[in-house]
Amino acid sequence: MPAEKTHVRTTLNGEATEYLCEANQSLLEVLRDVLFLTGTKEGCNDGNCGACTVNMDGRIVDSCLVLGVEAEGSDILTIEGVATPEGLHPIQQAFLENAALQCGICTPGFIVASKALLEKEPNPSEARIRHWLAGNLCRCTGYDKIVKAVVDAANTMGGKK
Amino acid sequence: MTTVDKKNYKVIGTTPIRHDGADKVTGRAIYGIDYHTTGMLWGKILRSPHAHAKIKSIDASKALALPGVHAVVTGKDMAVAADIEVEAGETSLNYMHLSDNVMARDKALYKGHAVAAVAADTQHIAEEALALIDVDYEVLTPVLNGREGMKADAPMIHPDQTTKIMAFRFDPGTDSGEKSNVAGRSQLKLGDIDAGFKEADFIVEREYTTSWVHQGYIEAQNATAHWNNDDNITVWNSSQGTFNQRQLMAEILKHPVSQIKMVPLEIGGGFGGKIPVYLEVPAAMLSKKTGHPVKMTMSRTEVFEGTGPASAAQMKAKVGATKDGRITAAYAELVFEAGAFPGSAVGAGAQGMFTAYNIENVLIDGYDVVVNKPKSAAYRSPGTPQACFPAEAIIDELAELVGMDPLDFRIKNAAKEGDRRADGVQHPEMGNLECMEALKASDHCKSDIGGPNRGRGVASGYWGNAGMPASCSIAINGDGTVSLAEGSPDIGGSRTSIAMMCAEAFGIAAEDVHPSVKDTDSIGYNGLTAGSSTTLRNGWAVFEVTNQAIELIKARAARLWETEPENVDFADGVFFSKAEKELKLTFKEMAGKLMETGGPISVAASVAPRGAGPSFTTHMVDVEVDPETGKVDILRYTAAQDVGTMIHPDYVEGQVQGGTAQGIGWALNEEYFFDDKGQMLNSSYLDYRVPTMLDLPKLDTILVEHANPDHPFGVRGVAEISVVPPLGALANAIYAAVGVRMRDLPMAPHKIVKAIQEKNGKTK
Repeated sequence: MPAEKTHVRTTLNGEATEYLCEANQSLLEVLRDVLFLTGTKEGCNDGNCGACTVNMDGRIVDSCLVLGVEAEGSDILTIEGVATPEGLHPIQQAFLENAALQCGICTPGFIVASKALLEKEPNPSEARIRHWLAGNLCRCTGYDKIVKAVVDAANTMGGKK
Repeated sequence: MTTVDKKNYKVIGTTPIRHDGADKVTGRAIYGIDYHTTGMLWGKILRSPHAHAKIKSIDASKALALPGVHAVVTGKDMAVAADIEVEAGETSLNYMHLSDNVMARDKALYKGHAVAAVAADTQHIAEEALALIDVDYEVLTPVLNGREGMKADAPMIHPDQTTKIMAFRFDPGTDSGEKSNVAGRSQLKLGDIDAGFKEADFIVEREYTTSWVHQGYIEAQNATAHWNNDDNITVWNSSQGTFNQRQLMAEILKHPVSQIKMVPLEIGGGFGGKIPVYLEVPAAMLSKKTGHPVKMTMSRTEVFEGTGPASAAQMKAKVGATKDGRITAAYAELVFEAGAFPGSAVGAGAQGMFTAYNIENVLIDGYDVVVNKPKSAAYRSPGTPQACFPAEAIIDELAELVGMDPLDFRIKNAAKEGDRRADGVQHPEMGNLECMEALKASDHCKSDIGGPNRGRGVASGYWGNAGMPASCSIAINGDGTVSLAEGSPDIGGSRTSIAMMCAEAFGIAAEDVHPSVKDTDSIGYNGLTAGSSTTLRNGWAVFEVTNQAIELIKARAARLWETEPENVDFADGVFFSKAEKELKLTFKEMAGKLMETGGPISVAASVAPRGAGPSFTTHMVDVEVDPETGKVDILRYTAAQDVGTMIHPDYVEGQVQGGTAQGIGWALNEEYFFDDKGQMLNSSYLDYRVPTMLDLPKLDTILVEHANPDHPFGVRGVAEISVVPPLGALANAIYAAVGVRMRDLPMAPHKIVKAIQEKNGKTK
């Protein structure tokens, strides 16, 4: 029998969102299995790969290491909230134009993490990008084209958020 | 053969945005692990805590009594599959062994071997239930090393196993009748090595070892299965070959292949590791028992411990050369740990080992040895990174003895068209020497490395690539776009390269072709997404369907122009009358006239191409080694590879860079740590440590386009070979930097420090 559930209220991708979750469910599980927002990917489920990166109250976190109940009152951005009806975010566009994905499973995590970086630091050096994104693993690309995409996006955004 | 003239390519060689791109950068793409369906239960696997143990009994009664638990299955619920060996992406599988690997029957053969599966309302209940299953084990002594396992007094993992003697790869072989953990012994022989070594002025003989490494795909294994009331089974998963997995399922479940449908969802990496089936079988069995669809996913620890990594190897190599730098003979003994069941990639390793060089006398003995570790699976150029590591390291030593630059030494001995591999096969047209010479002429090669503790290394590599069957179908839409259905799971952008070849043939834009990957009920047979063959073989299928469609459209144009089809021709995307030049219509215009000239046109074709162009490559790397800590920093890296005609150059380069990154990880830090009981001690990404963005430099490439003459678009496989050279290149660079020859992978900091200390101790 499922355990007793807690009622949690958050802001998710700009919209008030409520959900019920069990005490042992991670935010990643809530996003994927309760809210069916599967854009946030499960890679390792133990905080080592960054595939499940979301932005929580302005900080990027591995959502597999956050409990669903901990998100009470939080403002959360997932990959589903990055594009707008007007089109893709410049980072998303840059990932496509630079062929910065192969299988694509790590891509949402990289994009959410890169967006947080460019919002804080609009013109990061390549070294800074490599440092910031070292918590996100990609096994397909060798990272080269991801770095290029983030540099490219920074140039396109020109310091704009 | 008809070939498209490269000069006139309009789509091939350009870099359009991939068709699945928007879905993948917005999170909308559904991968296997994302699948969800109505009424779904969650399944979990109970795994053996012992590396080698008899399963005396399994009592699941307490688990079944837990509220929310629906069913439990064990090996006793499975039929015994046929004892038939099949190829599996350069490694091999036996249906009976595969069945036993999916779920242990009488013995658990490695830590992490599945022994039972449970289905429950939620993942957490399923996990709780696992702890309530009582398994009574009789723990046995494990065999944890290939050479140990070969000894006559080693415990037998499969008590009735006898050594099979093979003359070549995939040879059915003869049974030696000798009971042993050595499942197979193969030998490649060319010329006379005794005579070759007599000719040599210098001979170097060394021993090398490599560790178990994992493909490290980010998406864990997963499967959702539904066994319907009409006995039709549907499986949604991420796989490297739906048709192959359908066959494996049929054999293990003893179920008609026609009643199994494999639905390929997006796949989050594979590199060979998603060729076999694992969870698909218990998910289907649990679905049959419960009547519900059952979803199963692996944790990262389960992925490391319970799927198929690449074999550890213990190897000897001996190579001789003359004073003027000609390699006269090469010998090697390759002992590959197959894991718990036979079928390592030792044969493929032997075939690739010295193949970048023209050596007249070669002998390679290969041993496939079972040990109490996970059953090895394919990993990018299977077997070849291990085998080319000693080859490239020992050739570096010979170059030094001869007094030649290591790249010049390789150029002097480079294999060319017509030269023979160790198995006697002659090389077709290829660009081995072009890669070496391009690297020689590069800025990297001419640059000054500068500074103490810095060194430069080079290494070459060979990989044969594969052909395999493919099927495609196209439907021409009235607006001049084309719907393209294919059946090879797209692991790195292949649906775009296939669509681009289709667009090229019709003279339309890449964006006007809409590719999709279909399930096994919706498209003809496709081989594995493996062997660097997906773009190559689907290029052939596209070539067939587009040619057939063009003939059909010519007949429609002839009807419009009231002439015979043979009077109509097609070039540069335009149909025209040979007699009256002003009569011409573009592909798009003709597409709009299909309904009025006889109705819609769709074409399907299946192909089984031969002539996969082999891959050759040479890499150069500069490193700086910290002699105090043993840390290796890569300063500069260049990979030169013969990539044939590039369809989408960015994704070709991405394959080269990605394989190089995996090879760097293999060389420097990736390994399974096992304790003396066969327990893996580092089964997380943090402790196993695949390279991060911070560990790697910019990866430069030199892409040599030596078109494959046996392919209509000149395609040769590009995806695998780049993982091969980094192992040798980094070992050689470390030697150049600090003077120590590292012969045991990975070249971890503590080993480098120890080697430097030993060297200094000796010289003092």
